[in-house]
Amino acid sequence: MVLNIILLVLFVVGAVWTMMTTRLLHSAVGLAFTSAVLTVLMFQLDSPLAAVFELSVCSGLVSAIFISTIMLTKRVTAEELIVRRKIRMAYFWFLPIVVVAAAIVLSLIHIPVDFKLPEPPAENNVKNIMWNLRHLDLLGQIAILLTGVFGVVTLFKEWKHD
Amino acid sequence: MLSLFVLLPFLAIVMLNLPLKMVTRHLALWFGIVLSAGQAFMVIFQPDVFWKGTDLLGRFFTLRLQVDNLSMVMLLSIGIVTFAAILVGRQTIADARLRFNFMNLVLLSLIGMNGMVLLSDLFSLYIFIEVVAISSFILIAFQRGLNALEGAFKYIILSAVATVLMLLSVSVLLMAAGDTSFSSVAAAVKNSSSSHFVRFAIGIFICGLFIKGGLVPFHGWLPAAYSTAPAAVSVLLAGIVTKVSGIYALIRLSTSVFGPDSSLNAVLMIAGAVSIVIGALAATGQSDFKRMLAYSSISQVGYIILALGCGTKLALVGAVFHLFNHSIFKSLLFVNSAAVEQQTGTSDMDKMGGLGSRMPYTNATSLIAFLSTAGVPPLAGFWSKLIIVIALWQGGHYIYAFIAILTSIITLGYLLSMQRRVFFGILSDKLQAVREAGFGIVFPACVLAAITVGVGLSFPFIFNSFIIPMGAFLK
Amino acid sequence: MTNDMAVVLWLFGVAAALVLIVGFYCLIATINLIRAIIGLEILIKAVTLFIILAGYVTGRTGLAQALVITLIVIEVVVVVVAMGVVLCVFSHNKSVDVRMIRNVKG
Repeated sequence: MVLNIILLVLFVVGAVWTMMTTRLLHSAVGLAFTSAVLTVLMFQLDSPLAAVFELSVCSGLVSAIFISTIMLTKRVTAEELIVRRKIRMAYFWFLPIVVVAAAIVLSLIHIPVDFKLPEPPAENNVKNIMWNLRHLDLLGQIAILLTGVFGVVTLFKEWKHD
Repeated sequence: MLSLFVLLPFLAIVMLNLPLKMVTRHLALWFGIVLSAGQAFMVIFQPDVFWKGTDLLGRFFTLRLQVDNLSMVMLLSIGIVTFAAILVGRQTIADARLRFNFMNLVLLSLIGMNGMVLLSDLFSLYIFIEVVAISSFILIAFQRGLNALEGAFKYIILSAVATVLMLLSVSVLLMAAGDTSFSSVAAAVKNSSSSHFVRFAIGIFICGLFIKGGLVPFHGWLPAAYSTAPAAVSVLLAGIVTKVSGIYALIRLSTSVFGPDSSLNAVLMIAGAVSIVIGALAATGQSDFKRMLAYSSISQVGYIILALGCGTKLALVGAVFHLFNHSIFKSLLFVNSAAVEQQTGTSDMDKMGGLGSRMPYTNATSLIAFLSTAGVPPLAGFWSKLIIVIALWQGGHYIYAFIAILTSIITLGYLLSMQRRVFFGILSDKLQAVREAGFGIVFPACVLAAITVGVGLSFPFIFNSFIIPMGAFLK
Repeated sequence: MTNDMAVVLWLFGVAAALVLIVGFYCLIATINLIRAIIGLEILIKAVTLFIILAGYVTGRTGLAQALVITLIVIEVVVVVVAMGVVLCVFSHNKSVDVRMIRNVKG
């Protein structure tokens, strides 16, 4: 329980830091850190397969995509950094305060679980569900991956003539 | 053999991209045309061997596809509009490689849309909404003009907000129902009809669908995306993508899954009425052809949602019929705007004028389209609006019926102004070189116009056989 | 629902809601296109936690994990496409300032 509380606090702090930090690279790293904390949280909630998937894909692949995109766009000089920090703080300084206040408000609200929970499930094996029972989802995922491939081909490739 | 609707486009994409592609890449156009026209023919002629025969491919997979009358209407609309968009794309996209990518992306969005109207699970609905959405993002941006990129980015952000809202709702409904299929969620909603949490979740899902369907106040992305997208993509977007992702999902969920619910219906009616009015008012002041058509779309979709909120059988018939009509005449309007844009190089209506003398087919079909949109007899749009107004009157919603009729007049106004500015009048000097658009654009325009006129003229005959059964999906 | 699980539901629920707020705020109040996508990512993380939580509370961890895995796949593709659009915008006018976008009338 104490471990859960520490992890949750880290989760929220990671998200807030990702938002407030001035340099984009730090934001991407913060995102990877938040993903890692989410992975451990998912382990705590009895979801190991999804946790491993989240770690490898989000902490790995997505962060790599972000960092490479950030590298490809403009570099920030030192003076510009100071200007940006001022602007950023002007927008975002109250965010931690808002988060703490929201935490206090939300914790006073009792989640109204005023519906009946369903009975225990018949089938609980992830692999069985994914590969045998939900074929339509698999089809959809394949379609999305193909769309991603075409997106990369269309948007990333240099045009030979211009 | 329902799974063919979803599996055949896959097969087409695989065939287009595998090593034989030196040969097959030139056939990309034909694959698209055969698939979309074939889909339309299957619905119109209803061969029993297709609909009632055993699903050979489907035996290997547990796809759980279902079809009913609403899905049939949607499949027909999807087939027709995709057919038109492919032909327009062939005409308007110059680069061969870009055309190949366009064709593949259209096939992918065809998979998404077909899947969406045939499935029966809430999370699968989300997945296929995303398939259509992602292919739309790429389609809007693929010619890499700066305006198009900005339109695409706006759409990405708002679509992502809709995603988050829908998934939040799915997580609450998962807690209440234990499964995401339509039947389990419907049972859970009925059991916990007094639960605030569940009602909150339903409300959030509906908000997400409002964003996807472009209803006020969540329509921010729609004018930008429709007007900056390339011509063929605008036809696809306006004609069918928004209708399937947003409106079909709303119809399906509010009638079968989230239950006929009086407060939900009230929300739908208000949102519909507001969309009708704001869409029409915003369209009157526009000088950009496509932007005006985008606001007009928002207004017409409002009619569909208003009828959906009314909830009676006749109102649902009106809603589905208007959805079909709207996909036809709005695509026709956008096909014509593609023709005009290609020939004059601009979509600013103030710079046009007198094109009617040079572009007779476009002029005639545009006339038919706008008369149908405004609800002028005997075209199809008149009948669907009449059904909606009668249903509202019968349901006792006199004020809403009044708003519907009044806005029809405003619709007539701005569309007439559009027709006058673009087609009537004197041909200006700069436009002397304009000629009629190529066959690839004129042909789908004529087909769509023929459908509108045909449905309108034959309405009294097909009323009982085709129109009334459209509402027969209400359980 | 057992008391223990109710506490877990409350704790995790509050934290996920907070991250949701942070994500929404980031999405609205940023001027950099890339940071808008990061905000979107944070929102999806919060939603992932909600789904896993729902699965844990009802005992349906299998279904929840299947949903989350699918969600992660979709999210990656959306991020890739969004980055593609951002890079194209950048190659046009050498900046990823979202004020460019506010110019396109909504």
